Amino acid sequence: MTTAAPDTHAQKPHLTREHLLHLLRQMIRVRRFEERCVELYQQEKIRGFLHVYIGEEAVAVGVLETLEAADTVVATYREHGHAIIRGVPMDAVMAEMYGKAEGCCLGRGGSMHLFDAGTRFYGGNAIVAGGLPLAVGLALADRMAGRHQVTACFFGDGAVAEGEFHESLNLAELWRLPVLFICENNLYAMGTSLERSQSQTDIHLKAQSYNLPAEVVDGMDVVAVEAAARRAGAFIRSGQGPYFLECRTYRFRAHSMFDPQLYREKAEVETWRKHDPIDRLTSWLRETGTLHDVDLLAIESDATMEVDKSVAFAEAGHWEPLEQLTRHVYTERALP
Amino acid sequence: MTVQTAAAPKSGVVGNVVQTTYREALHDAIREALLKDQRVFLMGEDVGRYGGCYAVSRGLLDEFGPDRIRDTPLSESAFVGAGIGAALGGMRPIVEIMTVNFSLLALDQIVNNAATIRHMSGGQFNVPVVIRIASGAGRQLAAQHSHSLENWYAHVPGLKVVAPATVEDARYMLWTALEDPDPVIIFEHVMLYNVTGILSADGGPVDIGKAVIRRPGRDVTLIAYGGTLGKTLDAAETLEADGIAAEVIDLRSLRPLDTGTILRSVSRTRRAVIVDEGWRTGSLAAEISAIIMEDAFWDLDAPVSRVCTAEVPIPYPRHLEQAALPQPAAIVAAARATLGR
Ligand SMILES: Cc1ncc(C[n+]2csc(CCOP(=O)(O)OP(=O)(O)O)c2C)c(N)n1
Ligand SMILES: [Mg+2]
Repeated sequence: MTTAAPDTHAQKPHLTREHLLHLLRQMIRVRRFEERCVELYQQEKIRGFLHVYIGEEAVAVGVLETLEAADTVVATYREHGHAIIRGVPMDAVMAEMYGKAEGCCLGRGGSMHLFDAGTRFYGGNAIVAGGLPLAVGLALADRMAGRHQVTACFFGDGAVAEGEFHESLNLAELWRLPVLFICENNLYAMGTSLERSQSQTDIHLKAQSYNLPAEVVDGMDVVAVEAAARRAGAFIRSGQGPYFLECRTYRFRAHSMFDPQLYREKAEVETWRKHDPIDRLTSWLRETGTLHDVDLLAIESDATMEVDKSVAFAEAGHWEPLEQLTRHVYTERALP
Repeated sequence: MTVQTAAAPKSGVVGNVVQTTYREALHDAIREALLKDQRVFLMGEDVGRYGGCYAVSRGLLDEFGPDRIRDTPLSESAFVGAGIGAALGGMRPIVEIMTVNFSLLALDQIVNNAATIRHMSGGQFNVPVVIRIASGAGRQLAAQHSHSLENWYAHVPGLKVVAPATVEDARYMLWTALEDPDPVIIFEHVMLYNVTGILSADGGPVDIGKAVIRRPGRDVTLIAYGGTLGKTLDAAETLEADGIAAEVIDLRSLRPLDTGTILRSVSRTRRAVIVDEGWRTGSLAAEISAIIMEDAFWDLDAPVSRVCTAEVPIPYPRHLEQAALPQPAAIVAAARATLGR
């Protein structure tokens, strides 16, 4: 296997004011979107399961920032943020949450199953660990077609217990496939904490045991995540095979809208809230004189406007006609 | 049957009957089994600290401790297989799988081990495991959480498959299943957990192999199970208003099928409609239809009819989800059609 010289430029996050404000803006867009989703759930506009990413935004924002348009993303059921940051229009995501025909999947998938061909966003997988083998295969296709792209695969700490996690890591390394594995380790799989589900709680060690280069990253620090993702990307793009990031983070809200959170202490949640990735970047930028009140106001009001607009778009959308119920089960071909 | 959307009411004794929910009935059944037999334990994802994803096991961890209320990692194949192994080793495990779609990760253990070990070993070993699985649609959980794959399991010799549709069966089927020397899979339809019903306070073990006539009638036999029983009884009400007396059979056991009850009823009513939340193609309804055709063909006055789920993964939006599923109106129409009305 050839090893291209690492692209040092690609490895460095661009710590310009403009870029840092951009990272902040991205996290705030996701946060405000999801806060609105929770309200809309209470108003019964959004139904089914709703899993919000509040508290974990730095992971998706930091990683996705480093991807190129031709790269590929595979995510879980907690993927609104990933879709929005990847560039799926917020309008189409919100309409999907409503189940409207204007949604990014015609409303067929809903919150847990966002897909978007235009941005190479391959779901939205609600079977824990179900996305890992898909990512391996997408990367295999890139490799076989001679495309030098990255497939970024997001999954939770819970997925680490599934056989598909281990089988996928082994296969990706065995075949030296260009997969970026990102474990969003938020310490809980529903109500089961990491130490109750893993005999070895250092998840990156499992990746190392399959010979993948693996790093632990502070998942509450968007700049650290971006830097790690750039290192990983450079390695993968140079043809050396997969890379593994364990991003340590925390989910501030309940697992889903049905979760009374009997399994964790309020104090624990409060402690983690002090590391809120948005607050953290905001105060750092303020301290360094990079961010002023007017900037934050502008970011906030832009985010609110964008969310408002997406809600109006979803409200104005329509329901797919019942006659179309059995469409999209097989490829529709025009009659010869 | 009343489906309640509000919080489930607590059970309370009224005379010598109890008003309870399906969820509470399951909870009480598990609790009773744990008290009665030290070999019984409950194992599955989030059954302990979280209280069960459908809150069935809430409180049991405090009462019985983490040895007997075992939270497992997300490892369906391993913990279902471990349940099978523990059963081989003399325990009486109750293994919970959150949703039938996730049971597919454990299908290998269930089909290749649980169902075969008695046979492969020439009868030396048996697998007294009970596996509880939630299934079915109606909660807008879309295409990876809503399916009815009971028939996949009912296809397999070596397994027994039951589907409690009433509070009574939710309460009393478990113990019979645990006493069975062979693997029993219990399917709990997700729309039933909040359903309330009346339970005799001194009820005892039930025969899980027998179908039950939930409503007698002479004009047409409606055959249902699990989540479709309520809709079928609603349809029977509507038919009665039109002067059609529908008999409603609750299958209860999907493997073995109680063909005697089915055939006797159909021979009397001379017409049958089978209601099944599985997809039509290769459905349990297809199997029952074939049995009726083979053994009651000359008694029939009309072709056997099926009301099944449309051939589509369950879509998220409510209107499409509901349109995909068997509904009372379709059952009524199918029943009428068998009478030429
Ligand atoms: C195979 C499978 N088993 C169980 C579930 C139910 N379930 C949904 S999310 C979840 C927890 C997953 O935790 P984790 O992977 O850490 O992701 P997080 O929710 O923390 O983002 C569980 C048990 C599922 N969706 N798929
Ligand atoms: Mg987690």
